[in-house]
Amino acid sequence: MGKKSLRNKKNNKSGGESYSSSDFPFLWSFKNKLFNSGLFLAGITVILIVAGIFVSLIIASLPSIKEFGIDFLFSTKWNPVIEKFGALPFLVGTLLTSFLALAICIPFSLAISILLGEYFTEGWFASLVKTLTELLAGIPSVIYGFWGMFFLVPVVRYLENVIGVQPYGIGIFTSSLILAIMIIPYSASLGRDVIEMVPSEYKEAAYSLGATRFEVIKKIILPYSRSGIFAGIILALGRAVGETMAVTMLIGNSNKMPDSIFSPGNTMASVIANEFNESTFELYTSSLIEIGAVLFIVTIVINLVGKYIIKKFEVET
Amino acid sequence: MKNIEKRKLKNSVFKYSTVAIAILALLPLFFIIFYVFRKGLPVINWEFLTSVPKSIGESGGGILNAMVGTLMLVIIASAIAVPIGIFAGVLISEHPDNIISKMLNLSVEILQGIPSIVIGLIGYIWIVRQMGHFSALSGGITLSIMMLPMIIKHTKETLELIPDTLKESAYALGIPYYNTLLKVILPSGLSGIFTGILLGLARIAGETAPLLFTAFGNSYLNVDILKPVAALPLLIYNYATSPYQEWHKISWGASCILVIFVLTLNIISRLVIKKWKIKY
Repeated sequence: MGKKSLRNKKNNKSGGESYSSSDFPFLWSFKNKLFNSGLFLAGITVILIVAGIFVSLIIASLPSIKEFGIDFLFSTKWNPVIEKFGALPFLVGTLLTSFLALAICIPFSLAISILLGEYFTEGWFASLVKTLTELLAGIPSVIYGFWGMFFLVPVVRYLENVIGVQPYGIGIFTSSLILAIMIIPYSASLGRDVIEMVPSEYKEAAYSLGATRFEVIKKIILPYSRSGIFAGIILALGRAVGETMAVTMLIGNSNKMPDSIFSPGNTMASVIANEFNESTFELYTSSLIEIGAVLFIVTIVINLVGKYIIKKFEVET
Repeated sequence: MKNIEKRKLKNSVFKYSTVAIAILALLPLFFIIFYVFRKGLPVINWEFLTSVPKSIGESGGGILNAMVGTLMLVIIASAIAVPIGIFAGVLISEHPDNIISKMLNLSVEILQGIPSIVIGLIGYIWIVRQMGHFSALSGGITLSIMMLPMIIKHTKETLELIPDTLKESAYALGIPYYNTLLKVILPSGLSGIFTGILLGLARIAGETAPLLFTAFGNSYLNVDILKPVAALPLLIYNYATSPYQEWHKISWGASCILVIFVLTLNIISRLVIKKWKIKY
């Protein structure tokens, strides 16, 4: 007992935080410090994880970077047998699927945004649509892929028969369809947020001049929230670029350059998912990891740009 | 007068087409749920839940290994991500101007956007390569990285809603800083943190890509965290892409269970938000 109180006194003198007449000020200030270091330790861990991901990806792809250099991104030949790796078909595949998906997604997500942001801001219908949109975002990617294999593929095959192209069923177009369904919730919820933020003074001013609701939406709401909606679309693009499982199951996994939007192909993510466990030698593995590094950088740039635009929009409003 | 009627017509046409297109966009949800339940529910019975897959050609067999595997992975991931995530979230809300917090904010934004397949690669490089073999542990750690941003964001956003007066009252009673946070601030923000954890769980329970090169899958029941385990999404992927009808059936059953699990977590988290909303 005596020893403890002595220690407490000593600590009080040396200027540690004390809580006046309490019994264990030393213990408290020690625990405070411990708690704070715990906070910082957790924070630093997360920062190190993110930095470590970047560094590890680069280090692990060094063999491939050394072997192929910048040609890796421009060569169309991906052939493990002769140990030649070029990622252009996958870059093109990713670009085609994501932008096609975006084009399909925009009218739908815009409709949901306007519906929830302007027409029905509260009430049972609004909360129903909102919940359903969130559930749509919650369904696992692999289920989308599985459903796509048995539902979308026959539909697309029929469509391809009608317009007279090779009826694969699977391919870039099918993947874009499933991607569009998957990214609608993201751009829709962001779009709703920005549409709701449009100041009502502007809308009321337009109404007082005799504008119809459609005219208010067209002339006031959409121009005002343009940058925010654009940011939502960019973030949805980031999702589409990185989406793996559903695409892997529907794109057909062909390493050739796609020659139309109906042909099978591969995206950056799907080629990794498909071939990584089969990569038997170091150059093969590191080429796949280099694709992963490219994917990482592309998605981060897309995400940070999107979030920057949204922040700017929020500040302006 | 004609002009006005034309404008009114345009107005209502726009409104109804907006509603129609929005409903059209949500149709796939019903299709998916309907399809998964119609194909999956008939498969599910007691044997399906309590036995491991049989080899091709034999009928019957179940997905016990995958359910146990998913449970193990989810527990490992939460055990790592929940404490780190909550502490990191508290750090941002307590020291918002600190340089570490600012870097942490950026890190969380980045972490949220990293494609799941890239996280899978990282799990392989960091853990599987070092250990020399696939394991449940590597899968769990990989999933914990995916869970972190969700928990950090929800913790931060909830704690920011709690007014300073609450903290000041605790100080006035002579309660030390760490106890104020642990016993006053964190409990009052519990609903938001809990929501973050549930949403994080819902997300990682359905993830396949990070597990492909870490947990790897296992057709036998395994509870050793140092050995490969099966997981529901992995099993769905492997069986769905196989050419066997029998396996497709098992895959539908597993999809049904996974969808029920994930959507239930999602719905519970919405209810938690509604019921225990912080009001000050």
